[in-house]
Amino acid sequence: MRKVYHKINRIAGNVITVEADGVAYNELAEVTGARGTSLAQVIRLQDNQVSLQVFAGSRGISTGDQVRFLGRPMEISGSDDLLGRVFNGRGAPRDQRPEVTDNLIEIGGPSVNPSKRILPRNMIRTGIPMIDIFNTLVESQKLPIFSIAGEPYNQLLARIALQAEVDVIILGGMGLKYDDYLYLRNTLEEHGALSRSVLFIHTAADPVVECLMVPDMSLAVAEAYALQGKRVLVLLTDMTNFADALKEIAITMEQIPANRGYPGDLYSQLASRYEKAVDFDGAGSITILAVTTMPGDDVTHPVPDNTGYITEGQFYLRHGRIEPFGSLSRLKQQVNGKTRKDHRAIMDSMIRLYADYRSALEKQSMGFQMSAWDKKLLKYGKLFEERMMDLSVNIALEPALDLAWQTLAECFEPSEVGIKTDLVREFWPKKTEQE
Amino acid sequence: MLDGNTGTVVGVNGNMLTVEFSAKVTQNEVAFAVVGEERLKCEVIRVRGNRADLQSYESTNGLKIGDAVEFTGELLSVELGPGLLTQVFDGLQNPLPQLGERSGFFLKRGVYLNALDRERKWAFTPLAKVGDQVRPGDRIGYVPEGIFKHYIMVPLTWRGNWELTALKPAGDYTVDEVIAVASNERGESANLTMVQRWPVKIPITDYAEKLLPESTLVTCQRIIDTFFPVAVGGTFCTPGPFGAGKTVLQHAISQYAEADVVIVAACGERAGEVVEILREFPHLQDPRTGKTLIDRSIIICNTSSMPVAAREASVYTAVTLAEYYRQMGLNALLLADSTSRWAQALREMSGRLEEIPGEEAFPAYLESLIASFYERAGLVRLRSGELGSVTIGGAVSPAGGNFEEPVTQATLKVVGCFLGLSRERSDARRFPSIHPLDSWSKYRGVAPEESVAFARSVLRQGAEVNQMMKVIGEDGTALPDFVVYLKSEFLDYVYLQQNTFDPVDGATDAERQRYVFARVVEVLGTEFDFADRDAARRYFLELRQLFIDWNYLPFQNEDFKRQEQAINAKIEECKRYA
Repeated sequence: MRKVYHKINRIAGNVITVEADGVAYNELAEVTGARGTSLAQVIRLQDNQVSLQVFAGSRGISTGDQVRFLGRPMEISGSDDLLGRVFNGRGAPRDQRPEVTDNLIEIGGPSVNPSKRILPRNMIRTGIPMIDIFNTLVESQKLPIFSIAGEPYNQLLARIALQAEVDVIILGGMGLKYDDYLYLRNTLEEHGALSRSVLFIHTAADPVVECLMVPDMSLAVAEAYALQGKRVLVLLTDMTNFADALKEIAITMEQIPANRGYPGDLYSQLASRYEKAVDFDGAGSITILAVTTMPGDDVTHPVPDNTGYITEGQFYLRHGRIEPFGSLSRLKQQVNGKTRKDHRAIMDSMIRLYADYRSALEKQSMGFQMSAWDKKLLKYGKLFEERMMDLSVNIALEPALDLAWQTLAECFEPSEVGIKTDLVREFWPKKTEQE
Repeated sequence: MLDGNTGTVVGVNGNMLTVEFSAKVTQNEVAFAVVGEERLKCEVIRVRGNRADLQSYESTNGLKIGDAVEFTGELLSVELGPGLLTQVFDGLQNPLPQLGERSGFFLKRGVYLNALDRERKWAFTPLAKVGDQVRPGDRIGYVPEGIFKHYIMVPLTWRGNWELTALKPAGDYTVDEVIAVASNERGESANLTMVQRWPVKIPITDYAEKLLPESTLVTCQRIIDTFFPVAVGGTFCTPGPFGAGKTVLQHAISQYAEADVVIVAACGERAGEVVEILREFPHLQDPRTGKTLIDRSIIICNTSSMPVAAREASVYTAVTLAEYYRQMGLNALLLADSTSRWAQALREMSGRLEEIPGEEAFPAYLESLIASFYERAGLVRLRSGELGSVTIGGAVSPAGGNFEEPVTQATLKVVGCFLGLSRERSDARRFPSIHPLDSWSKYRGVAPEESVAFARSVLRQGAEVNQMMKVIGEDGTALPDFVVYLKSEFLDYVYLQQNTFDPVDGATDAERQRYVFARVVEVLGTEFDFADRDAARRYFLELRQLFIDWNYLPFQNEDFKRQEQAINAKIEECKRYA
């Protein structure tokens, strides 16, 4: 029987301090009071003063409440029974079905030994030309979607999840609006993907502290599956809410803030999650796609800024489209040389021409005279946006490349696109040439 | 190694422990916190009364109040000896592949391994003889390592004069075998092996004098060697926002730089990037020696998800290894990516210590720490008369890409060369994205200074014309101005930009740089006659293509010469004759 402590002598924010001994750093406790029982986690030890963050929040906690330490850190089951299930931010079922308690693993485990990683080598096909052609997603990549409130980032996540050829999908929702949660769950269900998914959902209505556990639980489960040789895709939305929860706790603990109130270890905190993306030498892989909403559409805000330094590229989602400029997949070189030999050439030349289109557009709006070349560019830019950038377009890589050639041929002469002659000879559509 | 000095944990806050002790405690000494079976390495960073604050190099999960802490009395040290090259270490010098063999996929905490292989035998040749008077740092013999002689030195931590009383003959020995015995006038006797230890945070200063770095450290990157050169024994920094190509540039330098030993310190960055080095370096050939790149490299890898305090240690571990090889009369190059992560580790610790914060919550001592780190670089004359050097290049990752932040500013104060990477240039796919107008270097480059100054003036004028054109449009720009702009673009495309991924264009040696740069400067200085702006643009596009193709041809082969003739003909085409 574990000892129960009563002497809570500080309650501030979501953190309480209790007098106790024999407590281990990071261990869990149960706080029981008039409002029921809540989990809590040890975040600081100082002599006999133990500070805990209370998952359900400190509202209604009295100085006489009972604190019982559980003698174990936060754990989650890594078993296959998790598939098709929905849990909340404490790891408790959200779907009125029984708890899963076999094969428990500790969350927030140690980092992977870099010498046990292999170079990423498999493309993940999404059917979205802006990704497949221009910024190829690669297995084991960690990639954020930089966006702003109101953009269809959850729709994009759902689409990628459904089309990607992976064994398991893990969705970690942080501060999700309830209807976003329902949308994501229903979409997975409709497409028959729920049976290979695990959902950890913290909604905006849930206590803030519970948000902090979501990435760690999602990634611990992902790791368990990946070690069995499975290819796992982890979707995290929205990491800015996670960072804000970190900020809240840090301020409560009177840590000195580094930048706009965020704690100095924000980079390390984010990195320890994102770096779980891995391709194991001799086991499966973890790919992470995360949504980071940029407050004020400002990429220099600490959350997107630190994220950009950690992740392997980023997708900018703006006006419902993936931006061709700024979006980047650092790993695309690992795979796009092996898809089709015109892939890289199409990728470079279409973006270059689109950049020219943008400056032609600017010239037009300033009232400068449009040359014949400018007119060609204007036609091209419009087609490019319709056929490549529109998110409703859903075609595989090879037809997308053919469509790219088609588009070029409709707008330009072969010598104008800046592609090597032998590729043009092989791929330039014959029909349009005759017209 | 224990002197029986123990304490007890009285506080845990993140990776900081507060420990109550009774005996003597030394600032920066190593201690071990005992959690069950595991012993977690820590370092004393502050002492107040009978309590010491320790930063833990491992996760502190599971530690309890009252847990024992064993003080070792030794400062954080690394092992120095043959067998360091080709290795991959974490920030505390644990060999990662061996850790992987032992603990599997994950870095289990509390596991510490010897940095050097204890089984391997080295062919030792003595240089000294019994009866010789020796001082710390004196060479008593050598073993072959890679392409050079690895000198076995009297441990640098010894003090005073010693006399060799025994010395093993030439033969194969492991690093732990006693190869010599020495005694001093105080009557003390000590054993010498091939491995010695040195505290990482203290510079090795066993040399006759520090010299002014003069010769260029050729990196085979044209914009660096010609415009913003790095000196052998100098320092440089590469700040840039994310996505500007810092890592690609560091990789290129680590591959092509003309140094004897290259130490790559991946400090708080992505693991994937280190994996590229780990998997590629063993297969890439070092053009200078014909061996593989890994044969001259040591990789210190403390990526962003590995413990933060060890990240701070990793840059010191790396520079200590560089200094050690310098003592053998070699040129060592240290590339640290990124020093901002190291500074952030300091900030995290400073926050936990509740120190009064400086700008952006960085500690007030940040500047002096950065300065003393870069000061460990230098060209020195050893006591043997040989020259050795440590060159340090640090990547900086400023928040929001803004160079006004404390780490960039503190770094700029102490380095000799600033290679500022710009988002603008990387967005335009102009790589390496080193900004040609903002960057600077205090060192001497491979090309004649007056040509470089002239080329720079063309770049500056071209940028001015470009600015003007944005306001008044191309139509309003006079033809001579427009030609200046085209010339600056020409210089940018054919000389400043370089394709790292091409085997020929990716590495331009000093001789070729001088040769090609002379031709480029010739074009810049030539007066041309053009009918109109369109003709000028077309001409420069064609000339540019000729030069770019030229860059991809091996130096002085037949194609190269043929291409040069085509270029000559092209220049003649529109040259103005007075």
